[in-house]
Amino acid sequence: MSMSAIPLQIPTPPPVERENYLNKEYGVWSWLLTTDHKRIALLYLISITFFFFIGGFFALLIRLELLTPAGDLVQADTYNKLFTMHGMVMVFFFLIPSIPAVLGNFLVPLMIGAKDLAFPKINLLSWYLYIIGGVMMMHCMLTGGVDTGWTFYAPFSTSFTNTKIVEAGLAIFVAGFSSILTGLNFVVTIHRMRAPGMTWSRLPLFIWAHYATSIIQLLGTPVVAVTIVLVAAERALHLGIFDPKLGGDPLLFQHLFWFYSHPAVYIMILPSMGVITEIIACFSRKRIFGYHFVAFSSIAIAVFGFLVWAHHMFVAGISVYSALVFSFLSYAVALPSAIKVFNWTATLYKGSIRYDAPMLYAFGFLGLFTIGGLTGLFLSALGIDVHVTDTYFVVAHFHYIMVGGAVMGYLGGMHFWWPKISGRLYPEGWARLAALIVFIGFNLTFFPQFLLGYMGMPRRYYDYSHMPEFQILNVFSTAGSTVLGVGYLLPMVYFLWSMRYGRPAPDNPWKAAGLEWQTTSPPTTFNFDEEPVVTWEAYNYEEIDAPHQDAPSKEVPVAR
Amino acid sequence: MQDSASVSASATTAVHDHHGDAHAAHNPALLHHFAEPEQQRDAASLGMWVFLATEVMFFGGLFCAYLVYRRWYFSDFAAASKSINMWLGATNTAVLICSSLTVVLAVWAAQTARRTLLIISLVLTMLLGVAFLAIKGVEYKEKFDEHHVPGASFSFDHEEIPGHPGEYANPKHAQMFFSLYFVMTGLHALHMIIGLGIFAWLLTMSWKGRFTPEWHTPVEIGGLYWHFVDIVWIYLFPLLYLIDRHK
Amino acid sequence: MYFAVFTALLVGTALTVFAATLDLGSLNAPVALGIATVKATLVALFFMHVWHASEKLTKLVVVAALFFLMLLLGLTMTDYATRLWS
Repeated sequence: MSMSAIPLQIPTPPPVERENYLNKEYGVWSWLLTTDHKRIALLYLISITFFFFIGGFFALLIRLELLTPAGDLVQADTYNKLFTMHGMVMVFFFLIPSIPAVLGNFLVPLMIGAKDLAFPKINLLSWYLYIIGGVMMMHCMLTGGVDTGWTFYAPFSTSFTNTKIVEAGLAIFVAGFSSILTGLNFVVTIHRMRAPGMTWSRLPLFIWAHYATSIIQLLGTPVVAVTIVLVAAERALHLGIFDPKLGGDPLLFQHLFWFYSHPAVYIMILPSMGVITEIIACFSRKRIFGYHFVAFSSIAIAVFGFLVWAHHMFVAGISVYSALVFSFLSYAVALPSAIKVFNWTATLYKGSIRYDAPMLYAFGFLGLFTIGGLTGLFLSALGIDVHVTDTYFVVAHFHYIMVGGAVMGYLGGMHFWWPKISGRLYPEGWARLAALIVFIGFNLTFFPQFLLGYMGMPRRYYDYSHMPEFQILNVFSTAGSTVLGVGYLLPMVYFLWSMRYGRPAPDNPWKAAGLEWQTTSPPTTFNFDEEPVVTWEAYNYEEIDAPHQDAPSKEVPVAR
Repeated sequence: MQDSASVSASATTAVHDHHGDAHAAHNPALLHHFAEPEQQRDAASLGMWVFLATEVMFFGGLFCAYLVYRRWYFSDFAAASKSINMWLGATNTAVLICSSLTVVLAVWAAQTARRTLLIISLVLTMLLGVAFLAIKGVEYKEKFDEHHVPGASFSFDHEEIPGHPGEYANPKHAQMFFSLYFVMTGLHALHMIIGLGIFAWLLTMSWKGRFTPEWHTPVEIGGLYWHFVDIVWIYLFPLLYLIDRHK
Repeated sequence: MYFAVFTALLVGTALTVFAATLDLGSLNAPVALGIATVKATLVALFFMHVWHASEKLTKLVVVAALFFLMLLLGLTMTDYATRLWS
């Protein structure tokens, strides 16, 4: 029966926040005992940011000391501890976990359509191991620290120094286990937990990059772990494996150390390359050029990266024939990286470029990683290496890759996926400004160091008063580092700000391809309400951007 | 004669009951983030294999150090190797091989729901593991008594190089051998102890009847770990105990 | 079948000890390591079920681990084996 329709003014209830992984449970224990990969990613985010500050603090002290040629800020032994702790903290407690443990943990299950990683409890164990290692390292630093350089070469580290090598070594050992378990989790997850239809050729290249990274973590870290055991055994139990007095070979230490530590730098850069691939595709609105080349180049970098370690030992006393082999292989390892750079550039070509903050970081990455990578080739040439080894040229080279490359990728990725992680939008204007400040500050800090190194300034020296003409470039470098610091602080401020005051983010603010964008921002605890079934290729930006009104929706139905 | 409504109702109920039975058939051990038990089992198995690959590299570093120094100091290593007890080493090799057999039996017992055999096999494996460690302890004690433990009280004077009567081994290089010996066998023994812990847990679970032919993954992957520890010893034995025994 | 492999392993051990007492010159080490490799392969293939593994992935993991171990040993030896050449 019909009635006269008088519209009833029902007051609209205030929008109820949907249940997601952040608000599902409150309380400290719901975080400290979580097995949700997304919460664990945030636990890592807080922890590695803390260690980034610690490492940055040491960097600041180093740069302050180097403002003047004389060693006038700290004593020589203290300076040794500063650059050691800067290196150990930044390498083992910031760079190696950074992207895999934060963005990888968060995104790998989402990108492949899984509910979680294969071993959620082992994931939580990984974080606890990282924290335990971190606490041990903090304790070591606060009670005197280590002065051997982050490379803790024997026999200084085994026989001569009386700083806390065993404790620092064990801290790194424990953190290394965290790294191994993360790699294990990723490999098994990517093999076993892909959603129906998500074939290897449809995987986002971010996943390929993390798969390759995991291979390195799994096969390289155990070697440095056993090396640390040997150093600890030598110091604590007098089992002199590297002791020259017993006929031991200090170069053996270097071989075993660098067998891991060279691939370790690929652990630091590969995930960043994966991030950059995602960002470039999205902000050019194009498929990645040469998907399979980029995918296989990640694997190639992982494998080739294990073949080149002795290029750190060219002047240490290895046989010149061996040096020739490693020099040749070091040229070879540049090839897959170059392939990626070419493919990224080709993706940009005729793309519809947008200059949002993530893309600014990606552009910065392209330039800075290229410079860093090319200077690596200089170092691979034996003749040049004799001139620049152990100078600031090397320092500049690896900072271009690790800071200009890896950290830029990390920041770009944090900005790109921030809406997904937090459900909030960060302020775009401030983000672009921060990206610019980082880029300027970075170049001002590290480009002078190439010049300094080529002119002969040694690394790990606190006093360069024998060559006072180095001062002006050092002053530029220190000035740049303060600018860089500002650039790093800004995102921390506005990300925190956005969690409270930022605009709520839609599910797919960038209209990006990828399964992670097909679920809510932030996602629910189990990621997808229904298991996705993938029928489309990766980076299907033509379909996403196509003005078809009646195209079947690619969106997986999610609860509203 | 039932009317159509109740026929369809009972049919629906029948369907629901069948659905309910299917749910009940899901193994309670299936974790929520896996779709099927096979996926969970395959993930666990792959996880253990990948972990064993990391262990290969972990021991690999030690084998690398061993390789370098053995080449450099062959005759001193030979002299040192001669002084460790080959028969204890060979016995230990046989002990571990027997324990690998009992492990394989345990897995088969779990697959075929033979609880008693499973428990017996696990107990035997653990006993053999303890025997291995006991024999190792005897060896270590011998070395301690002979002052072959590296450190301040190490001595290796007047030990002849095998095959070269009148020539004596360099004690420093011999100490290098023993450093490697203790680190390699010590780390191996540590893995053995961890293996015993794992098997103790498997034994407890078997005793409680937790393993079924449908789900006995921990036995399988615990077995893989044990076999790996056996394989490491298979290489350690000839490398450490049999360097130049014929002389 | 497990018992056959078991017996082979014990025979291999006895063989290794016996061969060590013979003077085979420079072949002693390769023989000992060769027998050890045969034993290890038997354990891996039959006790660890790699032979019947339904997935190629298991075999790939084993091969990969051995490959990288060989890289460590082999490339390190390019240094040690050639140091005295110059």
